[in-house]
Amino acid sequence: MALQSDHNMGERMASLAGAPVRLLFTVLEPPLAALQRGLGIKRMPWIFLLPNLAFFGLFVIVPLFINFFYSLTGGTQLYLDNRPFVGTEQYGFLLDCQTYADPQTCREDRFWKGIYNTSIFIIFQVSFMVLFSLITALILNREIRARGFFRAVFFFPVLLSPVVVALIWKWILLRDGILNAFLVSIGLDKILFFVSPEWSMFWAVFVSIWAHMGFYTLILLAGLQAIPPDLYEAAEMDGTSKERVFWRITLPLLWPNMLVVIVLALIKGVQIFDEVFVLTGGGPGTATQFIVQYIYNTGFTNQVQNFGLASAASVALGVALFILTMAQLAATRRKDDV
Amino acid sequence: MTGKFRTLIATGALALGFSASAALAQTELRMTWYNDGIEGEVMQGLLDRFESQNPDISVVLDVVPYKAIIEGLPVQLAAGEGPDLARVTDLGGLSEHYLDMTPYLADTGYWKTNFGPFLKWLDPDGDAINGFMTQLTVTGPYVNKTLFEQAGVALPGKGATWDDYATAVNQVADKLDIPIPMAWDRSGHRVSGPAIAMGAKMFDADGNPALIDDGLKAMTQRLYDWHQDGTMSKELWGSVSGSSYLGANEDFANAQVVMYMSGSWQIPQFAETIGDAFDWWAVPAPCGPAACTGMPGGAALVGMAGTDHPAEVAKLMDFLAQEEQMAEFYGKTLFIPGHLGLAQGGVDFATDDPRAKHALATFAGAVPGISPVAFDLQGYANNRVMFNALISRLNEAIVGELTLDEAYDRMSADITKALAEKSRQ
Repeated sequence: MALQSDHNMGERMASLAGAPVRLLFTVLEPPLAALQRGLGIKRMPWIFLLPNLAFFGLFVIVPLFINFFYSLTGGTQLYLDNRPFVGTEQYGFLLDCQTYADPQTCREDRFWKGIYNTSIFIIFQVSFMVLFSLITALILNREIRARGFFRAVFFFPVLLSPVVVALIWKWILLRDGILNAFLVSIGLDKILFFVSPEWSMFWAVFVSIWAHMGFYTLILLAGLQAIPPDLYEAAEMDGTSKERVFWRITLPLLWPNMLVVIVLALIKGVQIFDEVFVLTGGGPGTATQFIVQYIYNTGFTNQVQNFGLASAASVALGVALFILTMAQLAATRRKDDV
Repeated sequence: MTGKFRTLIATGALALGFSASAALAQTELRMTWYNDGIEGEVMQGLLDRFESQNPDISVVLDVVPYKAIIEGLPVQLAAGEGPDLARVTDLGGLSEHYLDMTPYLADTGYWKTNFGPFLKWLDPDGDAINGFMTQLTVTGPYVNKTLFEQAGVALPGKGATWDDYATAVNQVADKLDIPIPMAWDRSGHRVSGPAIAMGAKMFDADGNPALIDDGLKAMTQRLYDWHQDGTMSKELWGSVSGSSYLGANEDFANAQVVMYMSGSWQIPQFAETIGDAFDWWAVPAPCGPAACTGMPGGAALVGMAGTDHPAEVAKLMDFLAQEEQMAEFYGKTLFIPGHLGLAQGGVDFATDDPRAKHALATFAGAVPGISPVAFDLQGYANNRVMFNALISRLNEAIVGELTLDEAYDRMSADITKALAEKSRQ
């Protein structure tokens, strides 16, 4: 009897909670029905996409064009109508190199140093990030003790602000930081990590992986859990080795998730700025100055704020990202076709 | 409803109406400010006094990090969204955004008499009255005198060169195992004074920027060598990129540095953080063949041309600039006065700390010896272009990305490119 009463109560609560939604539908139905009669059912999805498209257009597409127009102007004025048109001069300045492989031969050496550093960074960061995320996901997918705890532990850094992440690691790695205190306690010499270009790049990659790995692990874990268990059971019955199961079942079925992870990691890698800016400041010298920091410095931190050059560099970055994404998509399509 | 109650309601409504209209009539001014020490608190006290005397004007003190003054404020001003007043250090670089208060000031003679030479720093190409110096600064070194005494090394005396100091601080560091013999703020402004002492002219005969000459090369070569031989730690300059500022004040305060090249603005902070933990001692600017000079500089409070309330801004500035307020401000903040009347008459600094008093006397005493080249450079509107090129490229040489000669070429190219961009309107 009491159970029945609770059930009725629950239904009443649900009905009450759904009332505003029902009201909304009642209000919206007549105009939407009229719209559908006018436009036809095939065009209706565009109506539903319109708010998002308007938002995206206003805050992404329009600034993209504004940025492009800025790249065709010079001077230091902020507003476009006060800036002289210089055509492709800013691009010419950026691309003026004797040897593209050697940034020192370029007129704007820091732009090419930024590209060079970013390339090194993404090669290591994306490769190791995907590898470690995959290993972690495979481990967390097994029936291990305290699995929930470990899943939370690996995901926790994702929740932290990039600035907080960088500050934590900076305190660990400084001359009088925890790591050097540990090294001294076991009889080793202190290492000035941020003085060495190699160490600085290593820690930039390491900290970035530490901060973001949990997110990619989660995507891969979801992919692993979506693989039907009966495939593994069948393989086990056939006596297939674990390596063969991984290469022939797990990896192919996980590939769509892997691709998402690779594309996202690649895009995030090219956009790297905040963590490394706080951690190393781009130093020593320009050893960890990435392309986004170059754009930021050119546009904002110098006394002569060169918005035109910064915009040209960001257009170049946008083009590079577009090409990378297209290449990834093409690779996916070929893979799917095969 | 009784008659008494009706009267009460009516009176209340009337009072509410009056207070609302008074609130509506009140002009709000926003002042963007940064702190080196306690000057924000001192300024707030002065603003409270101004508000009590001028109930129709309220002033909001927006305290921001120094980085926001250097990087954020110029963009805000260019967008026409700046504050009514701001404390700035890029004195000439932002001059196009300053308010000329001349038409609003009752006694412009007072301003010209007491702030005359510094008004030119704010308006290099004109005669406007834009604001006043909240502090006059002079760059120069501090030494940890206690470490010198403990090591039994004599402190170099008057007329000592940078090489004399480099030798002495290395001896102290070796004897006492101090990690950093010498540290400099990572700033082109800080390098410029010693470079001028070595003979750098900074400008050509036509007054155009000419950063690279033998004087500058003599100083930058020393800085390069000191980073290679361990006199200076690469950790300070080498650990960031571009023109980012990095101070070694915390390392000095923690007795990790024997000699620290910075400036007079550190006095209040050292008096607060170091106190009597050790003898932090300001020493005269070391000498070179051309001079024994630091760089002048400072921060100024200026009105902004974009304000909707120029008369009120001028009224506030005129109040703050009066000798009574200025004496209180400089006295409490331990800043070298940028008010000529007070500089001549002397300021009663609110400290009993002999180290702070000695430092104030040392830096104030250094002003007459400042090279005219240093004054010219400080007054040059685009000096930050030169400072940034100098520090960023020198740093790239120090960490091994460029040779010094390549760095000199890059410095010149950076300056040419930046000035060409700026002149293209």
